[in-house]
Amino acid sequence: MMSWLPENISTYGGQIDHLFYLIYYLTSVTFILVAGCMIAFLVMYRHSDGRRATYTHGNTTLEIIWTIVPALILIMLGFMSKARWEEIKSPAHMPPPDLYVRVTAKQFNWEIRYPGPDGKFDTDDDLQVDNDLHVPLNKVVRVILRSKDVIHSFFVPQMRLKQDAVPGRDIQVWFQATKAGQYEIPCAELCGFGHSGMKGALFVQTKDDYDQWVKEQWPAPAAAPAAAAAQAPVAEARG
Amino acid sequence: MSETAAVGAHAHGAHAEHHELGFIRTYVFSTDHKMIGRQFLFMGLFMMILGGLLALLVRWQLAWPESEVPFTQWIPEPHMYAGHMDAAAYNSFFTMHATIMIFFVVMPILVGAFGNFLIPLMIGTRDMAFPLLNMLSFWIALFSGFIMLAGFCIPGETHAASGWTAYSPLAAVPAFTGVNAGQNLWCISLIVLGISSLMGSINYITTIINMRAPGMGFFRLPLTIWALFIVAILLLLALPVLTGALAMLLFDRMAGTSFFQPAGGGEPLLWQHLFWFFGHPEVYILILPAMGIASDILSVFSRKPIFGYRAMAFSMIGIAFLSWIVWGHHMFQSGMNPALGTTFMISTMVIAVPSAIKTFNWLGTLWGGNIIFSVPMLNALAFVSMFVIGGLSGIYMASTPVDIFIHDTYFIVAHIHYVVFGGSVFGIFAAVYFWFPKMFGRMMNETLGKIHFWPTFLAFNGTFFPMHILGIGGHMRRIYNPLQYDFLKPMQPINVFITVSALCLGVAQIPFVINFFWSLFAGKKATINPWNANTLEWDAPSPPPHGNFGEIPTVYRGPYEYSSPLVPEDFLPQSRKLAPEVSARASH
Ligand code: HEM
Ligand SMILES: [Cu+2]
Ligand SMILES: [Cu+2]
Repeated sequence: MMSWLPENISTYGGQIDHLFYLIYYLTSVTFILVAGCMIAFLVMYRHSDGRRATYTHGNTTLEIIWTIVPALILIMLGFMSKARWEEIKSPAHMPPPDLYVRVTAKQFNWEIRYPGPDGKFDTDDDLQVDNDLHVPLNKVVRVILRSKDVIHSFFVPQMRLKQDAVPGRDIQVWFQATKAGQYEIPCAELCGFGHSGMKGALFVQTKDDYDQWVKEQWPAPAAAPAAAAAQAPVAEARG
Repeated sequence: MSETAAVGAHAHGAHAEHHELGFIRTYVFSTDHKMIGRQFLFMGLFMMILGGLLALLVRWQLAWPESEVPFTQWIPEPHMYAGHMDAAAYNSFFTMHATIMIFFVVMPILVGAFGNFLIPLMIGTRDMAFPLLNMLSFWIALFSGFIMLAGFCIPGETHAASGWTAYSPLAAVPAFTGVNAGQNLWCISLIVLGISSLMGSINYITTIINMRAPGMGFFRLPLTIWALFIVAILLLLALPVLTGALAMLLFDRMAGTSFFQPAGGGEPLLWQHLFWFFGHPEVYILILPAMGIASDILSVFSRKPIFGYRAMAFSMIGIAFLSWIVWGHHMFQSGMNPALGTTFMISTMVIAVPSAIKTFNWLGTLWGGNIIFSVPMLNALAFVSMFVIGGLSGIYMASTPVDIFIHDTYFIVAHIHYVVFGGSVFGIFAAVYFWFPKMFGRMMNETLGKIHFWPTFLAFNGTFFPMHILGIGGHMRRIYNPLQYDFLKPMQPINVFITVSALCLGVAQIPFVINFFWSLFAGKKATINPWNANTLEWDAPSPPPHGNFGEIPTVYRGPYEYSSPLVPEDFLPQSRKLAPEVSARASH
C-alpha cells in the first residue's frame, strides 16, 4: 500500500507522508486487533447447546481504559498535525517566497500570471498563459489563487498540495520543489461539465533551464523575476 | 404534554376496539405507525434499486470510459447518447446517485420505516403521538420523491449536476452547470422532504418522551430507541439549517439574490458552512439508527446483555452533541482560515472517541457469548467490522496535513461507502431480516439470506476497499474520465476491478429481492417471538394488529437480560413479572 503514494517532490511532502504512515500503522494495528478479537470471539463463543453465555453487564475499568487510550492517541495525532498544517497553510508561518505567481481558475482552465521582471502584478511586463506553470527548482514559490467563476481546487499530487480557489478571495499557498520534471495540475473540486480534464502542467526547471525560459519570455530586460519578487504584491488576507 | 399522550392513547384504545378499517384506510391513507413504516420501507427499497443502477452507470464509465454502456440504448438524450454518456450527464448521475441513496434510501428506511415501525412497539404503546401527522409525513416524503424523480424528465437538460453537496456558486447560477429546472426541482424536493422529516421527528420525540409503557424508564429503552430518539433531535436541529440554505440557493437561482455569489456581495463559503452544519450531523443521522439496531441484534444472538449499556447510550449522546462542532473538517481545503482548521481537527479527533467506545463495547458483547450465526446476526457483524474500517479511515482525513492530499480523492469515496454502505446498508439488511417476521408475520428464508449475505459482503469489499488505494494514488473523485490524466493511467486496472466487483455487488442483491417477495407471500408463518428476544415488540402478535397490544405491557427490567441466572431460559422478556423475592434481587 505504501508504494501507492505518488512520488513526493516537495520540501514539506515528506512530513505529510510521515504523518500518513504513522496513521497507517496506528489504524492497521487497531484494525488487526479489533478484527482479530472479533474473529477469535466468533470462533470461541459460537453457539453450542447446553452452554450458557456469560451474564455480565460490563466492566468499568476496561471501559475507562478503552476510552482514555484512544483519546490520548488521537489528541497526540492532533498536536502533531497542527504544526505541519500551520507551516503549510498559515500565511504567518510560510517561508518568505523567492517568487510569486498568480493562478486564476476558471471554467475550465488555469490562467497563470507571472509578474515579469518588475515583480509586480498587473503591469505591462506581466505574462499570462493558460495552464503552463514554470517554476525554478529549490525555490520557494508563493501562489496567489483566485477564481473567476466557481470554486475550483488547485491540486499538485506530487507536491502534496491542494487548495480551493474561491471566487472573491485571494488565497496564498506555497511550495518548494525538490525535483525537476513535468507534473499535472488537476482540478480537484467539481466545477461543471468540463471539470474532468481541467488540468494544467507544472514545469519544475533547473536553474539553467529556468533562466533560459525567463530569457525567452522577457528578452529585453535582463533581470529575472525571481530577483525582484521579494517585493510582495498586495494580497488581501484570507480568513 | 402528558395530556396529549393520554388523549392519544385513549383515542386509539377506543378506536382499536370498534371498527374494521376499509382497504384505503388500512393500506393507503393509513394512520397506523406500522403501515406507515412498511410504506417507507417499500419506498426506500424501490429507490435503492434506482440509486444502485445509477452507481453502476457511474462505475461503468470509470472503468471503460470510451465504451458503450450495455442496455442503455433506450435512455434518451441528454442523459445518454445512444448508450454513451457525456461529462454533463455523468455529473448528474453521481449527483443523483448520492442524493437518492442518502435522502431517499437510508433516511426513509432507517428513520422512516424502522423508526415508525419500532418506536411504539418497543416502548409499549399503541401508536405515535400524532398519527395523522405521521401519515402526512409519509405522503409528503413520497411527494418529494416524485419531485426528485421529475427532475429526470425535463426535456433538453439533465438532472441536478453540482454534486449532492451543491457547492455554490456552481449550484447557484444555472449557466455554470447548464442545468436549470433540474437543479431547481432538486432544491424544492429537498425542502419538501425536510418538512416531512420535521413532522416525523417531532412525532418521534413526543412519543418517546410521553408514551412509554409503565415501568419503561429511559435507561430501560432498547438502544435502537435511544438511537432513534437522538436522531430525531438531530433532525429537528439540523434540517431547518439545510432548508434555510436551500431556500437561499433557490432565491439565488430564481429571484436574483446573491447570497452565495461574490459578484453580488455574497459569500461562497457561507453555503459550505450552512451545508456542513447540516451535513455532518446528517452523517450521524444515517449511522446512529444502524448502531442501535446492531447493538440490539448482537445482544440477542450472543444471548448476552449488551456490554456497557449506559456507555453505549452516553456515547451516542456524546456523538450527537459533538457532531455540531466538527462541520469544518469538510472545509479544511476550502480557504477557510487555517487557524479554524486546527480547532476543527481537534474536535474531530475527539468525536472519534465515542465511536471507539462503541466498537469495544460491541466486542465486549460478543465476548463470552453463545453466538448464533443467523442472517440478521451476520449482517450486524458485517456492520461492526465495516464500520471499524470506515471509522479508522476517517482519522486520515481528520489530520489536516494528510487531508491536504486525500481530500476530494477516491479515499473519501471509499470512506463514505464504508460508513453508509458498510454501516447503514448492512444495518438495513440486519433490520429487515430481524424484524421481517414482526412486520409481515412470516419468516424470511435463512438459506437465501446467506446466499445474499456472503456475496454481498465479499463484493462490497472488492468494490470499496481498492478505492482507498486509488485515493492514495491521488485519483480525484467526480471525474468523468481518468484516462485524461497521465498519472492515473497506471491505476486504471484497479478501476476495472472495482467496477467488476460493483456489478457482482448488484447481482448479489437478486437473492434478497427474491427472498423478500417470496417470503412476503409464502414464507413460513412467524411465531410471536421467533428469536427469543426480550424487547416489547415481541409481546405483540406477528404482525401486530391495529393498536399493537391487547393490553399495554408493564416493564420490569432492561431490554438485555439474556442468560440471566434468575430464570432457566436464556432470555427474560422486559414484560415478564417474576415472583417478588426474585425480582427484588433482579433490580440492581
Ligand atoms: C452498489 C453500491 C454502490 C456503488 C457501486 C456506488 C458507487 C459510487 C461511486 C462510483 C461514487 C463516486 C462518484 C464520483 O465521485 O465520481 C459514489 C458516490 C457516492 N455514493 Fe455511492 N455507491 C454505492 C452505494 C451507495 C450507498 C448505499 C450510499 C448510501 C448513502 C451511497 C452514497 C454515496 C455518496 C454520498 C457519494 C458521494 C457522491 C459525490 O461525490 O458527490 N452510495 N458512489
Ligand atoms: Cu475546476
Ligand atoms: Cu463530517
